[in-house]
Amino acid sequence: MTREDKEKGLWRSIFPINFKTYNTYHSEGHTGQYYMLPPAHIQKLFPYGLPPRFQLQIKTFNEGCVMVRPPALELISYLKRADYSKPPLRYVLYGDIGTGKTMSLCHALHYCYTQGWLIVHIPDAHLWVKNCKELLPSSSRPSRFDQPIQASQWLKNFKITNERFLSKVQLDRYVWTKRESTEKGQPLGELIDQGVNRMKSSSDVVGAVLRELRLQAGGATEGEGAFKLAVAVDGVNALWGKTSLKKEDRTMCEPEELTLIHNLRKMMKNNWSGGAILTALSQTGSVFKPRSAYLPNELLGEEGFDSMEPFVPVSVSNYNEKEFESCYLYYLDRNWLQHPHSRSEEGKKELIFLCNKNPSILERLCAAL
Amino acid sequence: LFFRHICVSSSLWKKNLAAAGPQKFTQEFIDKQVEEFEIGKRHLANMMGEDPETFTQEDIDRSIAYLFPSGLFEKRARPVMKHPEEIFPKQTAIQWDAEGRPFHFLFYTGQQSYYSLLHDVYEKILAMERHQDKMRNKGLLTSETKQILLTGSRWLLKEEIEEYLVENISDHDYMRLIQLMEKLLSMPYCSLEEEFILKFRKQLEVQSSKHEIPALQYDPQGVTFSVADGRRKTAKASITLRDSGSGNITINGRNYLHYFPLLQDREQLMFPLHFVGMLGRFDVEGSVEGSGHSAQAGALRLAISRALLSFVSEGDVEKMRQAGLLTADPRIKERKKPGQEGARKKFTWKKR
Repeated sequence: MTREDKEKGLWRSIFPINFKTYNTYHSEGHTGQYYMLPPAHIQKLFPYGLPPRFQLQIKTFNEGCVMVRPPALELISYLKRADYSKPPLRYVLYGDIGTGKTMSLCHALHYCYTQGWLIVHIPDAHLWVKNCKELLPSSSRPSRFDQPIQASQWLKNFKITNERFLSKVQLDRYVWTKRESTEKGQPLGELIDQGVNRMKSSSDVVGAVLRELRLQAGGATEGEGAFKLAVAVDGVNALWGKTSLKKEDRTMCEPEELTLIHNLRKMMKNNWSGGAILTALSQTGSVFKPRSAYLPNELLGEEGFDSMEPFVPVSVSNYNEKEFESCYLYYLDRNWLQHPHSRSEEGKKELIFLCNKNPSILERLCAAL
Repeated sequence: LFFRHICVSSSLWKKNLAAAGPQKFTQEFIDKQVEEFEIGKRHLANMMGEDPETFTQEDIDRSIAYLFPSGLFEKRARPVMKHPEEIFPKQTAIQWDAEGRPFHFLFYTGQQSYYSLLHDVYEKILAMERHQDKMRNKGLLTSETKQILLTGSRWLLKEEIEEYLVENISDHDYMRLIQLMEKLLSMPYCSLEEEFILKFRKQLEVQSSKHEIPALQYDPQGVTFSVADGRRKTAKASITLRDSGSGNITINGRNYLHYFPLLQDREQLMFPLHFVGMLGRFDVEGSVEGSGHSAQAGALRLAISRALLSFVSEGDVEKMRQAGLLTADPRIKERKKPGQEGARKKFTWKKR
């Protein structure tokens, strides 16, 4: 592989070596093959988006390779064929634990990024409903609660990902405090800076940003101002589940009462146009959900299901024979399976048995220490 | 009359019981016990409504267990009715006559039966050498003589020899005896003394013949399957092993990946299949209940190994037995004792 090829995002397939540029060319024939994410893209697009174990793997192998699998291909094909003048379609990735929902979501998101869309990516909505150190009463509305740290963190990531779009013009006037306000016609970048610098109002800034994007995504379909909006939320069941946060009088907080969650829910409604909503369910971070629950109606609950309906469900399952073979060969190729027995047929059968072709369990098995 | 009181401690009045040695039973006493045992056996047979003539020791054990049910864990503490020979330890009769002269010529060695045995064996060796010389003189000396089959048997242990000789011997003495027997075996024409030698050898049973192999059954679709059970601690497992060609395992209706999130438990399930080399071949459908996850995994492993016996060859059965796959783990939770915190843990020890 030459250096230019590496920059462009190349195939790393373990079957006959095949080089293709950009994932617009992904098709069903490529299932099981590994696609390499260019390092520049990873830094920009996924500062905190990828699963932590995958980030470790990137650091170890010095490259980020994603396997092309049917759920991701399905998503990408829907995105290619959708009509963007209509309200956005909601896609929900669901499946058992460790089958690759987050990875498929990231794959599809990378496709959107390479197509030049504006990315709104919430890596894990569960982080916003639990373990919050500072819960401030909202400055704008009395019954709501703010989460300044999470909001400012997200705004920073948003800035890194969507640098190109920061010079967009915005529409409305927002008043933050008696002395601060953002005037009409100011670029988006300033709004975000406002949120990052002033922690107190960062949650409201997030709400404002989302509102602006909603209003502008559908407008101006021609000309420079056109962009498509991709909203990606991982762990979307957090929006309608329970929180583990408590108010000052020791009663449980409802997700409705958190500003961030409230704004996100508004985003999930399909009353805007010019984009797509990609979501994935997640049981691992969820609060008060049993481990065996993985179907949308179990994890989203009644309220969530009604709000998300209608949506396109995409199921993600364990590796099949071909995909497992590919993953195994990839690890061998990277010298990750050190034990000589693992290179034999016997060792492979043992691996298949112990992990039942579940991607995350296989990864943990091979990692050992 | 005027005398002084001499105080003597009461310990002098007690008999020195330890110095008397083990209680000696006379031959008449033993005979009387044997008679009583026989009569008792007939009474017992009568009570149980069975034929007194054909009442074996097993029947006696069964009847006693029925008439005197005991909840004691130690089997040797339960009531027992056995022939007096098995109950009273074997003792030697008086070894000397009325004038004090010993009967046996080796009495003054201290271990008369042991040394007389050595003497006999050496006599036999000498006899064999003389026989060999005679054959050589006649010209009929052949090197191919009938060999005694010694496989499947072992020499009697030191304890067993002691029991046979009714005497205590040391390890050194035992070794010397075995060496002498080996010397006897190494000579040609030892087949003449085969009967004598086999008295000192014990047959080893073939262990693997004891395992019950579950029957192979056939599905309506023609798929072979077998059913087996397994237990560990309080967990009971029952599985159906199907020869369908996929490696799915379902436990209590859930996938084994969900039922056993711990790698160690899945490794336990993998062990019997991997040992026999048939990992991806079988479909396992199991139900398990009781105890904890580790015990359930152990119970399932035992059940899988037992079910595999019907799909596997004889040599593999022996290998599995030696690998410990077919042995039921006898460890259970130890009882908590009074005066202690738990089974072994004691209360805090206070010096005062």
